[in-house]
Amino acid sequence: MRTDVKKINEQTPYEDLTEGLIMFAGATAKKFNTGEWRTNTPVFDQEKCRQCLLCAPVCPDGCIPVKDDKRLDFDYDHCKGCGICYKNCPFGAIEMVEGVEPPADRRTEA
Amino acid sequence: MSVTSIRERMSGNEAVAEAIRQVNPDVMPAFPITPSTEIPQMVSSFIAGGKIDTEFIPVESEHSAMSAAIGSEAAGARTMTATSSAGLALMWEELLLAASNRLPIVLTLVNRTLSGPININCDHSDGMGARDTGWIQIYAENNQEAYDNYIQAFPIAEDKRVHLPVMICQDGFITSHAVENILLLPDEQVKEFVGTYEPEEYLLQPGKPIAVGPYSISAYAMEAKKAQAVAMENAREVIKEVADRFAQMSGRQYGFFESYRLEDAEYVMLIMGSAAGTAKQAVDELRESGVKAGVLKLRVFRPFPEKEIAEALKNAKAVAIMDRVESYNGNCGPLGSEVTAGLFRNKVFIDTVCYTYGLAGRDFTTDNVKEIFGELQGLVCEGKQVPHNRYIGLRTREEQ
Ligand code: SF4
Ligand code: SF4
Repeated sequence: MRTDVKKINEQTPYEDLTEGLIMFAGATAKKFNTGEWRTNTPVFDQEKCRQCLLCAPVCPDGCIPVKDDKRLDFDYDHCKGCGICYKNCPFGAIEMVEGVEPPADRRTEA
Repeated sequence: MSVTSIRERMSGNEAVAEAIRQVNPDVMPAFPITPSTEIPQMVSSFIAGGKIDTEFIPVESEHSAMSAAIGSEAAGARTMTATSSAGLALMWEELLLAASNRLPIVLTLVNRTLSGPININCDHSDGMGARDTGWIQIYAENNQEAYDNYIQAFPIAEDKRVHLPVMICQDGFITSHAVENILLLPDEQVKEFVGTYEPEEYLLQPGKPIAVGPYSISAYAMEAKKAQAVAMENAREVIKEVADRFAQMSGRQYGFFESYRLEDAEYVMLIMGSAAGTAKQAVDELRESGVKAGVLKLRVFRPFPEKEIAEALKNAKAVAIMDRVESYNGNCGPLGSEVTAGLFRNKVFIDTVCYTYGLAGRDFTTDNVKEIFGELQGLVCEGKQVPHNRYIGLRTREEQ
């Protein structure tokens, strides 16, 4: 039953697919760059950020990485630009800008 | 194995609740709806009384009941639920997901009409409406069969060749609430028959991550559906094997259908559910007056045993196909459509007449059965045409 799903492709006959199309792998969503769907982009202002960490847990896509109790910059490969983090930031440290690309000058290197 | 039975008397709902107590499934998410409400109610009292350790999830709707059942079964727990009518309708999209995710959930359906008009009594519109959702469907004539079918459901659903959900159906009120004699099996025998649930792949398995029900692009979805259809075909042999094993334990042998006085029958009524009892009674009486009448009582509706039905009917002169549901297709009910198609494909060219009966709890009597057999005889012997898809027991201006 357990199959190496990497060996399955669009030429695989139906008999060789997994039962119910079960994926025998974890965290496969990482391979799918949902960031491309974004029409608005959150921009992080490190100066204003108090590291309260209210934003990270509300992101539906887990796009606000936290390391050593501090949030880092957005994971733009997967951020869909929904703006939930922006709504939740009590300190105005997140701004939404139009478009898929964060403006280069506003971007804080993580 | 020598057969041990415990004599009891109980309703169909009690019989199924008793089977659930004996199986002691891991999880039961359920929302009450007439006429199946007693089942979750009785299971809850078994849990409260410490008789079983099933996790009961009181959900806010049947949509949630089936969603929770899917989650729980995917997590690796043996899961069942109960419902009727609108409850089954509210489970709709999840029914298909349970099947396509190949989850061996067991649902006990107490058949009740679907609105409207709003009505709480028996017909098969709920179960028949779900006939193409990918569930195995097994129908019972009485409380004994509801109990026996329920016990067989788990080994069928959980068999590796199948891995599909199973719906165990009984007629609302007529079976679910009527108290009849029943032979129960000892707890240990039922537990041994059903066995412990050991799924190979499930979500709560540390170190072996899986994803259940992923989005499938067109390049895979059609192949997945074909594989699921093959599992339904595989269910045929598994249902037979489980029935044989059940017969060894209980002394009661089941098949895809019951052939009642069918060997030499010239006129046959094909019927499903509690009304088969009425049909058999009438057939006994007709036989006494020399009419070669018989009953084919369908038990397994999904997978549909068309070859076996054709084989069983090939020597008959005419068959009345009885649907307890209106399909609103300008033709006839699902049994009428599928049986006639099956006969044709298997080149059994006998006379067929489709009837609709018993909608929303309308009585169906031995006199009705005899009248139908009279029509079959008139058709065969005198060439008298019978209107297609006639309603039985309907008030009409013409009759009044
Ligand atoms: S909610 Fe705002 S202030 Fe708090 S950690 Fe996130 S960005 Fe910084
Ligand atoms: S915009 Fe939405 S997806 Fe992007 S980081 Fe904020 S909450 Fe997450």
